[in-house]
Amino acid sequence: MKVRLLYFAVLRDITGQSESDLDVPEGSRPREVWQRLRASYEKLAGYDQPPMAAINESYASPDAVLHEGDELAFIPPVAGG
Amino acid sequence: MSYLTDERIDPQALVRRVMRRSDGAYVLFEGVVRNHHEGHAVESIFYDAYRPMAEKEIGKIVADVEQQFSETAVAVVHRLGDLAVGDSSIAIVCASPHRGEAFAACRIVIDRIKETVPIWKKERGPGGEEWVGWQSKC
Repeated sequence: MKVRLLYFAVLRDITGQSESDLDVPEGSRPREVWQRLRASYEKLAGYDQPPMAAINESYASPDAVLHEGDELAFIPPVAGG
Repeated sequence: MSYLTDERIDPQALVRRVMRRSDGAYVLFEGVVRNHHEGHAVESIFYDAYRPMAEKEIGKIVADVEQQFSETAVAVVHRLGDLAVGDSSIAIVCASPHRGEAFAACRIVIDRIKETVPIWKKERGPGGEEWVGWQSKC
């Protein structure tokens, strides 16, 4: 199934993109998508735990189940204000 | 109405937006870009956001605080993009019949925004640039 992955802040800088469409197995979870990112980008290799995740613009557990067409974003430590 | 802007913040416009004739006080909080952070010099800050989610998260905070302080009206605007030292990054106005609620509400709004809203800042200075809160592990 396809999910859209959005990249913000440090993750956009590291990956050099603001979004990408990923093919992932049915039942995938953000945690597994994170492991795939780690494997692709050396600068993420040291982060075995994913940052916070958001699915369809709401905070979600890294172990929540993704569905076809979901929009997934990893949320690095926030620093607004 | 958007809680995010790419323009310079006009705090008095925010005050006019919330003040009612029944209000006896408003508290205006502004967060300002300073020239240092953890011992190093800062020249400018780039603010990034997951815009639609940030709008929702700020909206939830405003709704919660207006429910908690039922006589208080809250307005928030957060600026994004490149900001220089001295620029305001955020303005919050809490208007209320009495000052106590206005002070308390304003404190809660800024504290919660800093905790949960998906906004990030990249500090730039003579020593380079870095995303605040991200510890490099490579």
